[in-house]
Amino acid sequence: MNAIPLVTHHTETLFDSEQMVLSMGPQHPSTHGVLRVILKLDGERVVDLDCDIGYLHRGAEKIFENRLYPMIAPYFDRLDYIAAVSNGLLYVETVEKAMGLEVPPRAQYLRVILTELNRLSSHLLWLATHALDIGGFTVFLYAFREREEILKIFENFFGARLTCHAFRIGGMTYDAYPEFEAQVRAFCDLFPKRLEEYETLLNENRIWLGRTVGIGIISAEDAISLGLTGAPLRGSGVDYDVRKTDPYECYADLEFDIPIGENGDTFDRYLVRMEEMRQSRRIIMQALDRLPDGPVMGKVPKVIRVPAGEVYHSIEGPKGELGLYLVSDGGTKPYRLRMRPASFVNLGALRKMAVGSLVSDVVAVIGSLDIVLGEIDR
Amino acid sequence: MMMTQGPWMLALSASPKWLESLVERLFAYLPAWLTSSLAPTEVADFIVWPLIQIGVMLVVVLTAVAYLTLAERKVSAWIQVRVGPNRTGPLGLLQPAADGIKLLIKEDVIPFKADKTVFTLAPIISMVCAFIVLAVLPYGPHYASITNINIGLLFILSVSSVGVLGIILGGWASNSKYPLLGALRSSAQMVSYEAAIGLTIVSALIFTRTFSMQGIVEAQRSLGIWFVLFLFPSFIVFLISVVAETNRAPFDLAEAESELVGGFHTEYSGFRFSIFFIAEYANMVVVSAIGATLYLGGWYVPGMDWVAARLPEAYREAALTLMGVTAFAIKCGAILYLFIWMRWTFPRYRYDQLMELGWKWLMPAALANIALTATIFIVGKELGLVRSAGGVLQMDWQGKLFFTLAGLLSMFPILALLNAINRNSKSFNLRAQRTTIPVSTRKVKLSPGVKAA
Repeated sequence: MNAIPLVTHHTETLFDSEQMVLSMGPQHPSTHGVLRVILKLDGERVVDLDCDIGYLHRGAEKIFENRLYPMIAPYFDRLDYIAAVSNGLLYVETVEKAMGLEVPPRAQYLRVILTELNRLSSHLLWLATHALDIGGFTVFLYAFREREEILKIFENFFGARLTCHAFRIGGMTYDAYPEFEAQVRAFCDLFPKRLEEYETLLNENRIWLGRTVGIGIISAEDAISLGLTGAPLRGSGVDYDVRKTDPYECYADLEFDIPIGENGDTFDRYLVRMEEMRQSRRIIMQALDRLPDGPVMGKVPKVIRVPAGEVYHSIEGPKGELGLYLVSDGGTKPYRLRMRPASFVNLGALRKMAVGSLVSDVVAVIGSLDIVLGEIDR
Repeated sequence: MMMTQGPWMLALSASPKWLESLVERLFAYLPAWLTSSLAPTEVADFIVWPLIQIGVMLVVVLTAVAYLTLAERKVSAWIQVRVGPNRTGPLGLLQPAADGIKLLIKEDVIPFKADKTVFTLAPIISMVCAFIVLAVLPYGPHYASITNINIGLLFILSVSSVGVLGIILGGWASNSKYPLLGALRSSAQMVSYEAAIGLTIVSALIFTRTFSMQGIVEAQRSLGIWFVLFLFPSFIVFLISVVAETNRAPFDLAEAESELVGGFHTEYSGFRFSIFFIAEYANMVVVSAIGATLYLGGWYVPGMDWVAARLPEAYREAALTLMGVTAFAIKCGAILYLFIWMRWTFPRYRYDQLMELGWKWLMPAALANIALTATIFIVGKELGLVRSAGGVLQMDWQGKLFFTLAGLLSMFPILALLNAINRNSKSFNLRAQRTTIPVSTRKVKLSPGVKAA
């Protein structure tokens, strides 16, 4: 086996008598968790940087190998805890794909609604922390106000606010509660106004433009070769969204557009995500209109055994393409379950984006990548 | 004008009669060597009365600073649709006390590798410089100011420059990387913005004709107008510069918590930290007081003399003082509210952008404003709209109208200059930002999406 080191420690070579090495993190207000960025600084200019990850490593992929298939699902909520619903969806869909299970249409629509709500809450958290990193404290609390509305819906639906979990292999554990539709609609009616509020504060703010325009530029070629997905890829002008290229659930029936940036800078990534929120709302409204009646659980064997073989499945998570590679030996436990975390791959572009800029820009770029360390470290 | 013109009588020597008689009575019990060197009136004027004033002022200003922190938290809460502190006491009014006690009883950590002497000294320098300035501020007429030195404004500028030293030394002595970066940032920032403040004040001096803080208020009182009307561009430059000077958002780079954790005070804890904190807020009070004095008439509001003249002789002085102090507090409060409002609305500038703003925009604007104001003044003088009598300006309503209009119109040449600078600057160019990035809210292209082949 060729062991590919996930982290290359440049620390020894980074030391220099004239340049300063600054260890940013793991305890730093704006590394979004426990990311450690080792910066080599010439004054305030970043000469080189390296990311040190693994502070949140819980050995999730090894744990999966020792659990029965239904037992694995809750672990996925703890990977990207900001987008627990998307992660849960990824897992159940992968197993369904491997077993060839049919999911009832109502469950499909409910899944889409909940996943898109989760995308909204994830993007709102991104907006909040991104603005906070750049110093816009008020946007932080405004975004949290709307996120709270979503979390209330989640609490009613899942019984949890963060580690939401209701997707089962073959459908959903339970149907929506009676007021679900009304509550989601109320939120969707409210949301565009609130989005405009954020944009009033940021879009034409000269300081915001100065801090984001032309910062952390990555070209489309680089973005593709680094494997970026999600807003960092679309911000560079690449039209790629798994919901369109490889539709899962009922996305093929729904109408929505994919926002594409031009310059691949922090500002374009910001714009792409803001527009994605509008499109997510559009998807939710459509799915609510078309929400069919019927059961939410399909026919699933009592004991879940995945036929021997390999399956790769990917969905469009809020942070990019979430992939799951399932190797089964035909038993009740997976032989290997390997995740392609969007945050991890996207973080790989940090060096390309941030070297040559200032310390403040590193913070802005980390914010624009929208990483979650739970997903990176697993 | 009912006030006698000419040099403003020192507030210092204006001890009331009751105090003088009290000291005279006490003098009988003092040793002979003390009574022989100082007359009772001198003791009352130069020792007892100033000490009373300083005591009262310190209590009032410290309370004001403490409640400014509460005001900041409350206002930020309103801006951010929150409630703000409301648990400690009614409406959270005991919150400053709770904060103070919390910080006092916290462990006072001095990092192992820190330079202990300098580390201890730095917050003291910061606070002393912030508080010394309070001595020359004109809180009101008569008793309501401690002293009135004839170089008041210069004194404030020079002392607050020394205040930067506290931040630099604090960052350096911590022997840690984030504080060092914070200290470097703030030293560069405060030095460059001090230049802008100094220059923008020069244009105000053309009208005030004096450095004395009371004299500046008197100049506006004798004209019956606030200088903000004559000096609008200067006021704007002043407001922007002092926000940077006091290290507040959007210029809070020295303590940018999302970049440098805590900036220069990262390693400070407990009461040493709170001293830095108090110094910051005291500085805010000081700069807002300077702004209120220079541009908003200090304790003077038009009409206060009219009201006072209609009161009985005995109450006139007290009423004037009371009105003056209230007006001054309201004006300072308005400027402070503006600072708080700015802090919770704007994102933070980047270090290089901050320097560019200071040197490329505010400095030229301040310089151009000096030239323009001086030209306007000379033109006004040649037209006979303003006379200088005994160091005090006199002008009729035509003169006031002329200078107000000219002050407002002088915005345009300054804006034209800034536009020229903007057009020729390579980085942080407003025009470039606007043209390369379409400004409408929907700037991204919308694609129907690509299907897999």
